[in-house]
Amino acid sequence: MTQQEFRTVQGGRIDRDRPLRFRFDGRDYTGYAGDTLASALLANGVHRTSTSIKLGRPRGIFAAGAEEPNALVQVEAPFPEPMLTATTVELYDGLVARGLGGQGRLATDPDPARYDAVHTHCDVLVVGAGPAGLAAASVAAASGARVVVVDDRSEPGGSLLGTREAKALDWVASVAADLHANPEVRLLTRTSAFGYYDDNYVVAVERRTNHLGASAPAHLSRERIWRIRARRVVLATGAHERSLAFDDNDRPGIMLAGAARTYVNRYGVLPGRRAVVLTTNDSAYAAALDLLDAGVAIAVIADLRPSVSPLWTERLADRGVEVLAGYGVERVVGEERVSSVVLAGGREFEADLLLVSGGWNPVGALYSQAGGKLRYDADLGSFVPDGCREAVAVAGSANGTYGLAGCLAEGTGAGRAAVEATGFAAGTGRELPAADESPVTPPAHTWVLPGDETVQFVDLQRDVTVAEIRRATGTGMRSVEHVKRYTTAGTAHDQGKTSGVLTSGVVAHLLGVDVGDLGTTTFRPPYAPVSFAALAGRDRGALHDPIRVTALHAWHQANGALFENVGQWQRPWYYPRDGEDLHAAVLRECRAAREGVATMDASTLGKIDVQGPDAAVLLDRLYTNLMSSLKVGSIRYGVMCRPDGMIFDDGTVIRLAEDRFLVTTTTGNAAGVLDWMEDFLQTEWPDLRVHCTSVTEQWATIALVGPRSREVLGTLAPDLAVDNDSFPFMTWRDTTVAGLAARVCRISFSGELAYELNVNWWDALALWEAVLAAGAPLGITTYGTETMHVLRAEKGYPIIGQDTDGTVTPQDLGMDWIVSKKKPDFIGKRSFARADTGRPDRKHLVGLLPDDGETLLPEGAHLVEMESLPEPPVPMLGHVTSSYHSAALGRPFALALIKGGRDRIGQRVYAPLGDVLVPVTITGPVLYDPEGKRRDG
Amino acid sequence: MAGPGSDLPDHPDYLWRNPEPRRSYDVVIVGGGGHGLATAYYLAKNHGITNVAVLERGWLAGGNMARNTTIIRSNYLWDESAGIYEHALKLWEGLEEDLDYPILFSQRGVLNLAHSLQDVRDSVRRVEANRLNGVDAQWLDPQQVKEVCPIVNTSPDVRYPVLGGTYQPRAGIAKHDYVAWGFARAADALGVDLIQHCEVTGLDITDGKITGVQTTRGRIAAGRVALSAAGHTSVVAAMAGIDLPLQSHPLQALVSELLEPVHPTVVMSNAVHVYVSQAHKGELVMGAGIDSYNGYGQRGAFHIIERQMSAALELFPAFARAHVLRTWGGIVDVTPDASPIVGLTPVDDLYLNCGWGTGGFKATPGVGWCYAHTIATGEPHPLNAPFSLDRFTTGALVDEHGAAAVAH
Repeated sequence: MTQQEFRTVQGGRIDRDRPLRFRFDGRDYTGYAGDTLASALLANGVHRTSTSIKLGRPRGIFAAGAEEPNALVQVEAPFPEPMLTATTVELYDGLVARGLGGQGRLATDPDPARYDAVHTHCDVLVVGAGPAGLAAASVAAASGARVVVVDDRSEPGGSLLGTREAKALDWVASVAADLHANPEVRLLTRTSAFGYYDDNYVVAVERRTNHLGASAPAHLSRERIWRIRARRVVLATGAHERSLAFDDNDRPGIMLAGAARTYVNRYGVLPGRRAVVLTTNDSAYAAALDLLDAGVAIAVIADLRPSVSPLWTERLADRGVEVLAGYGVERVVGEERVSSVVLAGGREFEADLLLVSGGWNPVGALYSQAGGKLRYDADLGSFVPDGCREAVAVAGSANGTYGLAGCLAEGTGAGRAAVEATGFAAGTGRELPAADESPVTPPAHTWVLPGDETVQFVDLQRDVTVAEIRRATGTGMRSVEHVKRYTTAGTAHDQGKTSGVLTSGVVAHLLGVDVGDLGTTTFRPPYAPVSFAALAGRDRGALHDPIRVTALHAWHQANGALFENVGQWQRPWYYPRDGEDLHAAVLRECRAAREGVATMDASTLGKIDVQGPDAAVLLDRLYTNLMSSLKVGSIRYGVMCRPDGMIFDDGTVIRLAEDRFLVTTTTGNAAGVLDWMEDFLQTEWPDLRVHCTSVTEQWATIALVGPRSREVLGTLAPDLAVDNDSFPFMTWRDTTVAGLAARVCRISFSGELAYELNVNWWDALALWEAVLAAGAPLGITTYGTETMHVLRAEKGYPIIGQDTDGTVTPQDLGMDWIVSKKKPDFIGKRSFARADTGRPDRKHLVGLLPDDGETLLPEGAHLVEMESLPEPPVPMLGHVTSSYHSAALGRPFALALIKGGRDRIGQRVYAPLGDVLVPVTITGPVLYDPEGKRRDG
Repeated sequence: MAGPGSDLPDHPDYLWRNPEPRRSYDVVIVGGGGHGLATAYYLAKNHGITNVAVLERGWLAGGNMARNTTIIRSNYLWDESAGIYEHALKLWEGLEEDLDYPILFSQRGVLNLAHSLQDVRDSVRRVEANRLNGVDAQWLDPQQVKEVCPIVNTSPDVRYPVLGGTYQPRAGIAKHDYVAWGFARAADALGVDLIQHCEVTGLDITDGKITGVQTTRGRIAAGRVALSAAGHTSVVAAMAGIDLPLQSHPLQALVSELLEPVHPTVVMSNAVHVYVSQAHKGELVMGAGIDSYNGYGQRGAFHIIERQMSAALELFPAFARAHVLRTWGGIVDVTPDASPIVGLTPVDDLYLNCGWGTGGFKATPGVGWCYAHTIATGEPHPLNAPFSLDRFTTGALVDEHGAAAVAH
């Protein structure tokens, strides 16, 4: 275990009483609570963290925050997480990580952590708890507004944490305490706002337990998405320092000047012993002074500006530091680590650290996502906000205001304006700390220094050099978006936080155009990487999509049903007994329905209560057949089409009263049909006085099927006259069944005598058990969806969505009779007059019988005319939509959609199955009881 | 050390001129995306028509060509679709050589998963149709799915368990930008003028015939004008008084950081809504769902991304701690039958290519070939003849929505 030989003797915001052990690249180290992995590595003298992706060059820690382009790490323990920046990984005991040159590694074991999401609304959302953000929050909170403040670091303070501004840091602590104490305010640290969507919808991810390592409590979600809807947003997201393009500007030991200052002041870490400073602006001087005070020698300051501020020059001269105006770096010596720096003109300075400041980039990512425009401010050398459609203000260095006093004032103003815009009288925030404001000398407009462009790096993470950008512009590319894609600059993990504007600058430099005219590439969510798991939240497994079950589900489970997903519903598929397979169980279930009595849970059928004086008008327009002529007490089958004339859904319509119908739909399409009704009622026919309500889960439905079903019903419903004359087919009766209020419909989807018993959902189990008990002497058998499918197919009843596919008209199904010739209009009517819908060779629904009487055709198999297959493309006649073994027919059969099928009845066609062509004969679709004699029992 | 992507070939040093627009061209193509560029290339190469301008209002191939998830396949159900997409796939197979550009076409196969009994029926139907149409296709059971893509969760504890899948081995991915630049460079070399930052603001029509276009860089006369503006085609066509049956929607996609190889193929699932591949350098590239509202803004809603991630983790639990680096949105132009419109218009010498919805990238060389034929000859190529605008009048739709409803 190594010593932390680069730790300062005192100072920093770390807890020296809490040493933490960690392992990096196979070596053990210690750091302190409050460190990041990067600061702990630097404290141990480790600069080099990785090898670059393309060129394999050594790379070191370059920044101190989310903008880090180099120091990517793979966390291996306590649980593998790919590609994080060492500068944002908070140190914890037992952390095991390694440097990453290229690709991260996903865990092979399931992630044990939980993830979550939470909604909140606020009057003012402040993004960033630096000086500007806290000033805004302080005023807003004092006004009584509901305020949310999010900041991606472990504590509030922003850039002040990297300074020695004691008074300002005291102010930070007081404001933070005020905010925590205010019940209307939520201050969220370790929370990155990463997306800004329409209408001030800002999303953030809170890292709740990452910094705790293996000691994270299992009950806490690891990460949580905050979905924040704010009336006003204040973006105080700060600025990122950028680099310059000069020779070997990627060597370990080269660091942004502001980052070095942060390491010294916040973490008590010396990033080196002797530094050279290269700058285009004043900000690096403050960093140099702080490093000097911490004991780092400053070899020289090279300032690219021809003349520099005498104020800073004097301050540094007092400390014996030479400032060279108009000088840049010619080259850097040292591969694994900087050993000396050669300035233009050849003077060489021994140094293990090179601090760079190429200027500052206001963090405009969220602002741009919100549709905000950016403008290049030549005086600042920065792209700054320039107008946005959202209710948003930008304050502080995010707005190009780089001095502390300016940030505090601008934050206060933004906070006041935000609360006033939301109807509050602005309160008085904490008194602002005094801030010295040194006069600022404008920065140099330099992007590239003279030298060898092949080793001047623009995007460190993607190994993009000035030479490559020159190659891109040489191809004819003029757009920075093209250059980005050609070179991959800005596409890496950091999404160009430090390199994006530099890339634009270099392109502008090479093309000789104004960088402001060239612009930047587009900023897109997320601002910082967000884990898939956090975004998925809890919506996984059973919660991925609601599981809908009927009132009888527990009974089905207890009685051995296997289930089928139908839409969101789980329906009994079949009920195997004594080791039966699907085939055996379904033959048994079918036989019971055809020969005795059988029952199924049909509760999932969609049910829509349609009420109002114009209910009949609505249904006449939706269905192809006439519904308004239906008598109260009767039932009619109907189909609905899309405007293109293709069948969309089918079901029965029950007339309950002159102005009230109950419509049933297919199980999977119930919501679709209700949407369809509402769509037309709300947009096309708002004049119709109709209300539609889903009652699927209010009515439980039990189908009672078979020649002996009447006996069972008679036993259970003594008040009901069940004989055929009293209770004919396609009528309904309200009565009492098994002592329960029930609506009994005489409907059949099997061709047999059958009833549907509808009761209150809560009464379903009582009814079901009564039906089973009453039917027991007759051998009543439960059946599932597979048997239902076989029974209806034997009768040639189509299933919409199985025997149709959105290209089938009612006429194609042989149901001309269901398309009204009298009604003036209905959805789809016009399309029946189109040329294509009148073609004689449209596909018709027909039956198929395999000639050998044994082969079960696969559903989906196609049919051809020829006995042997030619080379492709082979002309196809159609396909098998449904195919089953039939107990009643004693052979397999199928339904199919065949071109001109009704004109081919009796013809032989072939189904290619693998290498074999199976001969089949086309029949009519109704193979069982074509005369319909069994319907009335 | 050679990192991921270091083995990828370099781009050419030269791509295109940046010419000033001339006053007049034989053919003006509106829209410098993949389709427009491919069309220009095949006009020059197959038909010898080189006095051609491609007008792009932004930067070349910066619309859907830059935003798609690069999936290429031809395993479509209907003969008409299989015809044009398979023609495209055959061209893809020789495109790198034809364009002399490394487009990173990788035939790693595409899996389409089935999650319900109806999915299985539809999948078998599609596989059988593909085989009879000469398109490579297989039906795989869950065990075989696992063999092709070991990280797919085929266990029954998924909300909608994987019941199998179709597999097209010749399908795969390519690098979208490189494809566009390959076509652009080749077209430029044959004399086509690629004109960027030139927005069409009007269409000049005299006596039912188009004579030129108004642009932000002046009027340009044209013998023929070919629209190829994807999501904005309805806007441009409206300038000619043509009301297209198109709905434009936002569609988002996203990308992760670079990851060690875990995903060897392309997986698509309609029911759980995932389509994902792992690109050449190791990033996961994933398409999200369509936003239901109409719009021309190239951005979508956040809940679509959240929904996408929950679907992704249903099928790929290994992705849990991968990170989303970037999301983006494009505009898809969708027709009533989810098939494209390629062909003639009621205006003489004005041609139309649009309505590709989410399927445009994979068709790029195929539609370029056929559209060029249509423009050059004034008659649709047999492969795009079924995709005429008048099918919405006759009813001869090519309905790729699949089943309009689900089973009882």
